[in-house]
Amino acid sequence: MTASSPTLDRTGTAEQGLALTRRRFRVGEVLFKLALQACFVLCFAVLAALLAWVVVKGWHRLDSRLWTGMPTGRVSRIDRAGVQSAITGTLWVISLTALICLPTGVLSAIYLEEYANRERWYNRMLELNIQNLAGVPSIIFGILGLGIVARQLGLGFSIITAAIVLSLLVLPVVIIATREAIRAVPQSIRQASYALGATKWQTVSRQVLPAAVPGIATGSILALSRAIGEAAPLIMLGAVTYVTFNPDGLLSAYTVLPIQIFSFISEAQSEYQELAAAAIVLLLAIVLLMNSLAIFLRSRFQKRW
Amino acid sequence: MAAPSTTGGPGVAKRSLRRGRPRPVDSAVKVLLVAAASVSIATTLGIIVALAEPAVEFFRQVSIVEFLTGTSWTPQFADKHYGVLPLLVATLEVMVIALVIAVPLGLGSAIYLSEYAAPRSRKVLKPILELLAGVPTVVYGFVALAALNPLLRDHVPGLGGLEFQNMLVAGIAMGIMIVPTVASISEDAMSAVPQSLREGAYALASSRMQVATRVVVPAAVSGIVAAVVLGISRAVGETMIVTIAGGLVSNDVDANPLHGAATMTAYIANIAQGDVPVGTLDYNTVFAVGAVLFIFTFALNALSIRMVRRFREVYE
Repeated sequence: MTASSPTLDRTGTAEQGLALTRRRFRVGEVLFKLALQACFVLCFAVLAALLAWVVVKGWHRLDSRLWTGMPTGRVSRIDRAGVQSAITGTLWVISLTALICLPTGVLSAIYLEEYANRERWYNRMLELNIQNLAGVPSIIFGILGLGIVARQLGLGFSIITAAIVLSLLVLPVVIIATREAIRAVPQSIRQASYALGATKWQTVSRQVLPAAVPGIATGSILALSRAIGEAAPLIMLGAVTYVTFNPDGLLSAYTVLPIQIFSFISEAQSEYQELAAAAIVLLLAIVLLMNSLAIFLRSRFQKRW
Repeated sequence: MAAPSTTGGPGVAKRSLRRGRPRPVDSAVKVLLVAAASVSIATTLGIIVALAEPAVEFFRQVSIVEFLTGTSWTPQFADKHYGVLPLLVATLEVMVIALVIAVPLGLGSAIYLSEYAAPRSRKVLKPILELLAGVPTVVYGFVALAALNPLLRDHVPGLGGLEFQNMLVAGIAMGIMIVPTVASISEDAMSAVPQSLREGAYALASSRMQVATRVVVPAAVSGIVAAVVLGISRAVGETMIVTIAGGLVSNDVDANPLHGAATMTAYIANIAQGDVPVGTLDYNTVFAVGAVLFIFTFALNALSIRMVRRFREVYE
């Protein structure tokens, strides 16, 4: 993709050089490149400004009160308030989400990549369905949770409802990432395994899956980090209250970090805004660390066959 | 273990070579895999059932014509009107503002990544964009409401009339949110353009800008359109930014971006977190609006998937 080779610049004589070998200074070219770079710088600046502003805003509340205190709706007690119940709630919900959606997602991807006959209409429909689900707005999953999981299945506004809904929401992310990872494992590895007398499942479980682990891990971490930051469906599932206790079981009432932040933002007093900013710093730290880990895993362990 | 269909001959050799032995583990695994794969089908069916039942109930009481053409949305008032246009207009307004921000930024970043950046700097720059995609939307909403809004109101002439919650600020925040979506899919499309097209253009003495704008971008146009369509779908379905920074009330059609208004998603989020009794007409509005949202984004996604498939077919 090199536009002109810089070595020519020095070999041409002065007269010819001007016309043929020297790269002419074109204002349009330079401006275009600058504009493109400006797009990038702007994106970076927005991210940096956002992080800096949140840290400054929440600075006074970034101490142990954040995880030792419980949320409160009373402004007189705001000094001792924190987000402990939201932190434990997030841990509960995300652990359950991981337990539900990672096996389901990986198994679905194995089916689609290794077992499904793509000539069949139902397999094509399955593929299309997953692509479409990936684009369904998260609030619609809240409606699914409200109508089916909470009411029809009778699970109510509980931790397990939240975990099921978030699992279904990020399932397409896990499936799509796992499929790409499985597809990247070369066919020769499978054939070698079959040649040694391995069955299909032995081949998949002992050769293909281990080779695809980095890709699957990257996709899974990204999916869970999205689930941690997701608030919209849980707004509809009873999380918007000041919960002053840690959850103690699958059917317990709960709140999670993004929802707790949303509740704080809705209060008028500036003390709440500071607390919201401090909780956002915590949430961003978790989410951005997970994203960085995923990006690192991808670049570090991705094999080029 | 023996294959029953073998007709004579020494059994040992035939048994292992002909028909596959029954393998209980493999069959059980296959059942498990099919079960896992059908979860996603069940999800789609569940969404449709959850939406349809209350939505049908709603349309039994409100005519579909009034719903789609009415310009007044006042389910909470004594004088109730159920015209969805105010919500729809607010949704489209935020979407347009978001696109004005996201398309130039996303496309510029994508062209830079694909055509200008050295491989090594691309390795650093692309993750930065991806981190931007990792920021939870509740954070964008808060920053838009508490930082961007006062900043614009106090320092940009002509924006003194910004309301506490408004479409402009919500749209800008949403634009930033969808930049990574637009950038990463269009970059994929541009990277899929064969090198020979670029080399052909360079051989005809094109400059780098000419190659980028007249060869690569036109060749990748279906992927770029897909990226923008997906960005639109994200913007239409996004909830937290508009709930926090965009506004919660849309009584009449109000296209002034300085004013607050409720989008479809903000209305759903706002009503569903309150204590509206189950089964009432007010409660069912959530599902009617949800159905419109679902159909809208479904169409956009289908369009986007089709466009992506087209550019894959052409060059891969």
